[in-house]
Amino acid sequence: MSVPTKPEPANALTNEVSNLDLATSEKPYLDSNELVINMGPQHPATHGVLRVILKLDGEKVLGTECVIGYLHRGVEKIAENRTYTMFNPYVDRMDYVAAVSNGLGYCEAVEKLLNVEAPPRAKYIRVILTELNRIASHQLWLGTHALDIGAMTPLFYTFRDREEILKIFEKYCGARLTTHAFRIGGCQYETYAGFEKEVENYLAFLPPKIDEYEALLTGNRIWLERTKNVGVISAADAIALGVTGPVLRASGVKWDLRKAQPYAAYSDFDFEIPTGKNGDTFDRYMVRMVEMRQSLRIIEQAVGRIPEGPIMAKVPKVIKPAVGEIYHSIEAPKGELGYFIVSDGSTQPYRVRVRPPSFVNLQALDIMVRGMLVADVVAVIGTLDIVLGEVDR
Amino acid sequence: MTEEIKTPAPPPPAGEEKPAAEKAVPPAQAAPPSTPAKAAPPAAPTAAKTPSAAGAATAAPPKPAAHAKPAGPVPVPWSSPLVEKYKRQYGSGLDAQTYLGQNYFSVDRSLIPNILTLLRDEEQFDYCVDVTAVHYPKRDKQFDVIWILYSFARNERVRVKTQIADGESLPSVVPIWATANWLEREVFDMFGIKFDGHPDLKRILLPEGWKGFPLRKDYGILQQDQEWVHINLGIESGQ
Repeated sequence: MSVPTKPEPANALTNEVSNLDLATSEKPYLDSNELVINMGPQHPATHGVLRVILKLDGEKVLGTECVIGYLHRGVEKIAENRTYTMFNPYVDRMDYVAAVSNGLGYCEAVEKLLNVEAPPRAKYIRVILTELNRIASHQLWLGTHALDIGAMTPLFYTFRDREEILKIFEKYCGARLTTHAFRIGGCQYETYAGFEKEVENYLAFLPPKIDEYEALLTGNRIWLERTKNVGVISAADAIALGVTGPVLRASGVKWDLRKAQPYAAYSDFDFEIPTGKNGDTFDRYMVRMVEMRQSLRIIEQAVGRIPEGPIMAKVPKVIKPAVGEIYHSIEAPKGELGYFIVSDGSTQPYRVRVRPPSFVNLQALDIMVRGMLVADVVAVIGTLDIVLGEVDR
Repeated sequence: MTEEIKTPAPPPPAGEEKPAAEKAVPPAQAAPPSTPAKAAPPAAPTAAKTPSAAGAATAAPPKPAAHAKPAGPVPVPWSSPLVEKYKRQYGSGLDAQTYLGQNYFSVDRSLIPNILTLLRDEEQFDYCVDVTAVHYPKRDKQFDVIWILYSFARNERVRVKTQIADGESLPSVVPIWATANWLEREVFDMFGIKFDGHPDLKRILLPEGWKGFPLRKDYGILQQDQEWVHINLGIESGQ
């Protein structure tokens, strides 16, 4: 599938120039056959409302253009019209499959601006929930990505197992997806009775399930054919395009903000950063599979030793940071999620800029699918792991 | 009105090399009656408080009650070999500060392509994290444009800021970092700032025919391009 082959001569029904003798024609064959087609915005494989204009030569992709913005809600404008506290739930609606990460990034950015730090207990709770959310996000990615490529079973497996994480979220804060789990200065809620036990149960529950996913896919010949050497991006291109997260790591760049610039309590834990070699869809798959296991490892270390103490730092009721600007970013499941916040000394942020990983990563789609087949576009959109709520904000 | 509100904090910035910075302190204190920024008092709470200066914002806000707030952290000059080098090279067109441990350059618009190219080529800032802008309608140079850079080799971030007036354009950094393509399009979409040499500068999140730039401060939160909504959605109003 992956190696683009010269397409068969077009048939007479669809091609105006098919009556020419293509073999002897002076005109280059490729030029006579270009086709522009539209994919999306309502398309099951675009994971939301993404429209891709594809320029094709038969089955081969000559170029793409993404049309985005269908889900634009003006999150950054809303931020300017809300107080710091009021804006907190809005960030959950960007990457809605990894709401906890969004909240963590925002809360930490405002904390940085206020020059306060969450207490250690809050940091541990944050790490546990964020890593659970990373696993949930990767599970959702795996299920939908495999479904796009044609493997239906993983979807049911991953959704079944993701459910357990959502149950923990629901018990912790009452919400499953848009959790609003954290507050500026720490966490609002203490862990519920039995929280640690449930998380530990999940730690034992998931590894055999990941083995199960891998049994379905990793050695599967169809999977290999559809992912190996598909959507290759080199490390140099990835860096130039600002691609982050698993996509960058699969190209061989060992860079993870949790290690490079540790935030929350990540410096306390021992974990590996998986990397790939070829930067293809298969490597990105493997990187995310290993990341799930590494997240379990982090949770395992954190859950056993959540420190005692308060869960909120001393933060004024009315949040009014001093005049200044701050940029803070975290390693969200999709890549670097950054918040650039400008304070004018009032209760509302003067400007909040969200640096969304999905938006920037999506830009790499064009370079990744050029020369590939149409069917590979679906695989590459899946492997980029974009969430349109975050692309469009 | 141009330079005195440029540097975000009056006390620390290097007043010695910028003649304008010396002027910065007196106008900020004598501001309320004279400066137009302060003359539009409580009507527009956020807009009235231009980020003039740490001192000015706390001492002369629209509400006289808000005083006695403990002075927060302020930017301090950032000194490093990198800064020394660039200061020698570019002199007063460049200022370097640190706020809460984060370093940034405030750079004159004319130096933008040079500085950014040098940062990538010589200092290994090979990853352009973000390009964004902030609108300060009360200023002569209304926009701050900010590039956030990261270097994998140094594991270091730096921000580069410049100020431009409405209608002024900036050189595109797409030739330096390919990632700037969409980021600059978004800045254009939201603020109407043009980037010269951009391969395909058009709206990205809003529809192509939309009028207005929503992240400008004079664009209301409920405001829409009614005409566009009317024509394209077939309804009287989007509200």
